[in-house]
Amino acid sequence: MKSLKPDEKIDVPEILKDLDRYRPKRKGWTWRKPVERQMVGPFEFKDTSEGLRHSVPLPSARYFGGIDPQCDVVVTTEIASGRFEDDIRRMRMAAWHGADHLMVIRTSGQSHFDGLIEGTPEGVGGIPISRKQVRASRKALDLIEEEVGRPINFHSYVSGVAGPEIAVMFAEEGVNGAHQDPQYNVLYRNINMHRSFVDAAEAKTVMADAGILQIDGAHNANATAKEAWKVMPELLVQHAVNCAFSRAAGMPTENIALSTVPPTAPPAPKLWLDLPYAIALRDLFAGYKFRAQQNTRYMEADTAEATITHVLDTLISRMTSADIQSTITPDEGRNVPWHYNNILGVNTARQTLMGLDGWSEMVDLKTEGHLPETVRELKERAVLFLEEILENGGYFAAVAQGQFVDSGYFPERNDDGIARDPAAGVAAGTIIERESDYGAPVCCHFGANRYADKACGAYGGCTLCDPSKIVYIDELDETDNVHHRLARPLADQAAGRIRPEVEWAGDGIVCVTLFVPEEPRVAEAAALEMARKMSLKEPEVISRRLIHPAEGSLFEVKGVLDVAVDKNQLEIPEEEKLMADEQIEAFVRPREIHVVAATVGEDEHSVGMREIIDIKHGGLEKYAFHCHYLGTSVPVSKVLDAVQETGAKAALISTIISHNDIHRINMRRLHDLAVERGIREGLILIAGGTQVNDAMAVDCGMDAGFGRGTKGQHVASFIVGKMMEQGIESGA
Amino acid sequence: MKERKDDFSARRKHLADMSDDQLHDHFWSLVNRIVQPLVEEARIHTSPSIERSVLLRMGFSSLETKPLVNRMLEKGLLGLGAGNLVLQLARKKGISVREAGLSLLDGKYWEELGK
Repeated sequence: MKSLKPDEKIDVPEILKDLDRYRPKRKGWTWRKPVERQMVGPFEFKDTSEGLRHSVPLPSARYFGGIDPQCDVVVTTEIASGRFEDDIRRMRMAAWHGADHLMVIRTSGQSHFDGLIEGTPEGVGGIPISRKQVRASRKALDLIEEEVGRPINFHSYVSGVAGPEIAVMFAEEGVNGAHQDPQYNVLYRNINMHRSFVDAAEAKTVMADAGILQIDGAHNANATAKEAWKVMPELLVQHAVNCAFSRAAGMPTENIALSTVPPTAPPAPKLWLDLPYAIALRDLFAGYKFRAQQNTRYMEADTAEATITHVLDTLISRMTSADIQSTITPDEGRNVPWHYNNILGVNTARQTLMGLDGWSEMVDLKTEGHLPETVRELKERAVLFLEEILENGGYFAAVAQGQFVDSGYFPERNDDGIARDPAAGVAAGTIIERESDYGAPVCCHFGANRYADKACGAYGGCTLCDPSKIVYIDELDETDNVHHRLARPLADQAAGRIRPEVEWAGDGIVCVTLFVPEEPRVAEAAALEMARKMSLKEPEVISRRLIHPAEGSLFEVKGVLDVAVDKNQLEIPEEEKLMADEQIEAFVRPREIHVVAATVGEDEHSVGMREIIDIKHGGLEKYAFHCHYLGTSVPVSKVLDAVQETGAKAALISTIISHNDIHRINMRRLHDLAVERGIREGLILIAGGTQVNDAMAVDCGMDAGFGRGTKGQHVASFIVGKMMEQGIESGA
Repeated sequence: MKERKDDFSARRKHLADMSDDQLHDHFWSLVNRIVQPLVEEARIHTSPSIERSVLLRMGFSSLETKPLVNRMLEKGLLGLGAGNLVLQLARKKGISVREAGLSLLDGKYWEELGK
């Protein structure tokens, strides 16, 4: 299949072609390759890994030469659109922003599905994990990882009542990471505990052989317990049970990752509570991997609040350690994550980790006082929890008695734990004792077996040895499948119709932000009515933030904008063509061109203008312009005085303050005064500022306007182009 | 579990004098004692999903593994192992594993299984 091109969309129908013959490029998990003391642009980084071939750097990177240093830990994003054909596009976008662990959530209810799902039915809150969807996603990721230049780990779930089969399918299809924790089945999915552990041993053996990194399910206690910070001793126990069980099934320590979440969020004293726990965990589980997840327990609709909590979570990762930094989309508390929020989540981790680069070389944690004392206390409470499991008659009996997910800070008990009957639950009574001549003539089988490993040689090899034996099933449902779902988006694409989207191709969903100056209930009703007046269908308030009980509230309202824009009818402004440095200088140097520059009005901002003219910033002086900088708060008349004194060809005004439209007024004043003095013709007038754009400036009488991100080259290129237009070809 | 006040300070007395290393060792030895019977149960038991996963590895599709395992379960044969039954049948009949499984799906040879 042909490789991806950065300026072309990924071709989903092409991905779906010849899937029956597709084999993944590799198996097993891949870590980033750290680079010690790496120079990236002007900086030496301490905690980075090899860079990417293609990426979208952080927004501020353009002030540092467009650098995009990559942190040393794997970064996860979780994808749950329910349609894998849309997940693929989201994965590509996430990979460009630095995600290299793409976790696909399963459809609701798959845990209780006794067998493999086939085809490509649509899911709810995730995709039904089937061979076709997994294979297509892995095939897309094989292309995407080549495009970005870094291996991408594909991840999903080996839990529920079909764990062993899913593990085999994942091993066959090159899935690189998976959740597997029988305690998750027992506590949160009410799957029979005997079945869960018996199945888990087989699933883990298969995963171990395929090099699949395992992530456990202990973090779910954080998300479930009423007071998540009180389950910390139990979390240590849950991690340990899964770790020890996994090792017994042959999984190497380095492929076992603990899924850990700092349990609190501000205004709780987050670091005071969460940091000792993070340290206790890393002490007790030295040698294992840590998948640091961000907190979801206290997230509601406010994405900025969620983001700040996630920054603090990531800070804790850096203060302790993390092998994988997982991210939560900031909108997870209010809807199934939208694709651009996956990108925001990834960037929260990326931005935080880059900002904390080198932290450990500067800061040590205290070895006396609250921190070590609480670390010790947490460990002792966990030991007491273990002792009580044994006193209660072992793991199954302890679960039956409701010892787990109790809201009390162990040994405190509040009698509200999750109790499960060992003889009940989904798939109760389905484990079967192996007879003395039981056998399983395949590779990676756990437990009593009359056959030795590699017994599959007797019939030419099992699918793990000979993948050509894998039986691929395409579709089972005539309508609930990807080909059916793709019809509209592909027709739109062919016809050049563009619709907005957040989750699925062309879903039309948009989100508007409204501040309404009324008391909350009135304001909310008004916000919805305003959305209707904007022609948004099915408007729904997804975030409400009280700003003041009487003065107003802020709302985010989502709705469907049921319109398509015709790509072929769009008027697209021509792309600005910049002259090369040499060309500009060759024109300017022999001509002795003078320009006058000033910040006008009552405005003391000077930095922007200095960057445009100073030689050290690559400004106009670099090209041999003679720049006369008049300073700040300069009246426009003085600017024109200077033009007349120096014979300047151009006047540059900076106008940052935009209060009461003063920036527009100053532009107009400059133009009018130049006309009045009879010098407007042949004089190039340019305005710049954060609130200025070209169309607005031209509208106010300027020849050009420049906004954020402007460099000296842009202005120089414009002046030279304009002078050429004016027919100035020979000396000044 | 019944309500109980936090009696940590009384309960921890036997841990108080342990070094951190001793506490870690104690932690893991308790964990291993808890996990050991779970591992043993898994060693000597199987399940329909495990058996279907064995047949998958032997080259059957999910649409084939399900009826095969269900039928073996009904006949009380699953304790011998689904893959084992299919391989033994293939050997006995001098046919491939795949042919043996498909024959069973066609309703043939069930009376000979496990004998």
